Amino acid sequence: MSDTLRPTDPQSPQPGQPLLARIKRRSFFMYAGATAGATALVLAGCSKDNTTPTSTTTGNVSFGTGDASVLNYAYALEQLEAAFYAKVAALTASPLLAAEVPYFAKLATHEAIHRDFLRTAINRDFNGTIIPDLTPKFDSIDFTKRVKAAADTKLGILDAAKAFEDLGVAAYNGAAKLFKSAVYLGIAGQIVSVEARHAAYVRDLILPGSFATNEAGDTLGFDRQMTPTAVLAVAQTYVEQTLNGSTIGQ
Amino acid sequence: MDFFKIIDQLSEVDADVLGRFNSRRAVFGSLGTAAKRSALAATPLFLGALFQKAYAGTAATGVEVLQYALALELFEQDFYAKVKASSPYANASAADKAAIDQIKKHEDSHVTLLRGAISGLGATPVTGVTFKAAVFAGLTTFKSGAAATTQLGIAQLLEDTGVRAYKGRAGELLGTDLLTVALQIHSVEARHAAKIRDMRGQRAWVNPADDLAAHPVYTSGVTAGSTPAAFGLVVPAYTAASPVENNTTQSGVDIKAGLGATYTASDAAAAFDEYLQVAEVLDNSRAGGLIGA
Repeated sequence: MSDTLRPTDPQSPQPGQPLLARIKRRSFFMYAGATAGATALVLAGCSKDNTTPTSTTTGNVSFGTGDASVLNYAYALEQLEAAFYAKVAALTASPLLAAEVPYFAKLATHEAIHRDFLRTAINRDFNGTIIPDLTPKFDSIDFTKRVKAAADTKLGILDAAKAFEDLGVAAYNGAAKLFKSAVYLGIAGQIVSVEARHAAYVRDLILPGSFATNEAGDTLGFDRQMTPTAVLAVAQTYVEQTLNGSTIGQ
Repeated sequence: MDFFKIIDQLSEVDADVLGRFNSRRAVFGSLGTAAKRSALAATPLFLGALFQKAYAGTAATGVEVLQYALALELFEQDFYAKVKASSPYANASAADKAAIDQIKKHEDSHVTLLRGAISGLGATPVTGVTFKAAVFAGLTTFKSGAAATTQLGIAQLLEDTGVRAYKGRAGELLGTDLLTVALQIHSVEARHAAKIRDMRGQRAWVNPADDLAAHPVYTSGVTAGSTPAAFGLVVPAYTAASPVENNTTQSGVDIKAGLGATYTASDAAAAFDEYLQVAEVLDNSRAGGLIGA
């Protein structure tokens, strides 16, 4: 477990740093020490798995185990991305540039396809295990801003898109090795490179030349990979339900 | 050979690598004095032994896949080196030059890492894979003119092929940590492709309206009579053509009409990248026709 909850390198959460700042308790677990953090999270996961829900809300989303859990994990992220872009596409007064609006409409369609495809595939191959529809929570995003100003506390649309796309790439890269079947690995591989294309496009809108994840002075040429635990800690910011990914890939 | 850089890169892409070495501190601590340390660290044998320890037990097929990846990275690296030495590049805009420089650095980095990993698995990294000089000489403009004959047009074909090529063999690495490393390169190749496409005024993703959409890179099968050059690589048997890039069916699901909503063929195709098998990548109509002296 400690290897899967290794605090990702300090740069890893970079696209989501403003987000991590909002979820101090979880980032504490990520950095306070992998073992202590892992234990706490696993215990939290176990107690919720083994007992009936103590809360009256429908709040706790468990991803299951095996390949179904990894697909559910991808499905959760695609739900969020699709919901975000759908909201952008539905804006009556978009702060995006005229040339960007149709491009973002395409992004919205691609993510809706990913979401719908994963839902269809999970229902077909792992009937009864699919996670429920997530309730998005986008109160940390200012949909009237194209890019956030230095003084803003909320992300602009491009900042949020960048965070979602980079997070998606890191999530697929990190979770790929959890697949047992090469078939699902293949499908994930077909989706992740499209996410990377989106990420490169959005990044260059914010800062020309920043298409890869490397920041100034960094010439590595490797995309990030993040564990489900680290990814869900960020994704949790955008979801009403409580995401419990402790059994993903098991 | 910058040993420290390789370790840093590996730890960047392989979360567990430092654990495999026990700990970085322990490794270097056990080496003794600074002089001895730098002397040893410069030795390929030492590096190889270290990787061998770190990746012991990884399936033999891992080496084959890494050699294949290295061959393609060397090929791309050489292409960008030739671009940077050319007069069309010298006349390109500062932003375009910066993008090419960045991509070239990434390819250099991929080559370094893959070489180190292959050595570490006890094999000799492939060498001498270059972009054919005679073909390059025909690329007389940076990005203006017929798409398939400009430097950036070829760059787009190379990057999109790279994405398809990594995808074609990732499954063979399933169950190893090498998979994660390969995918971390794979998605960067997709970012390169998106950037090159943007520089050329194309959509970031593959779509039927691309000016190069009809090029064999985006279609499939091998050319009749083609004998893929292999650089001593193991080329898996070619069976049936891989899906073409305008494919609208994934995993048996009709993406246009089978998802409870209706999507256009263009969107259905663009939402998924496809893979290519080795024989297809090395076919004369694709990379095979561009590799050579």
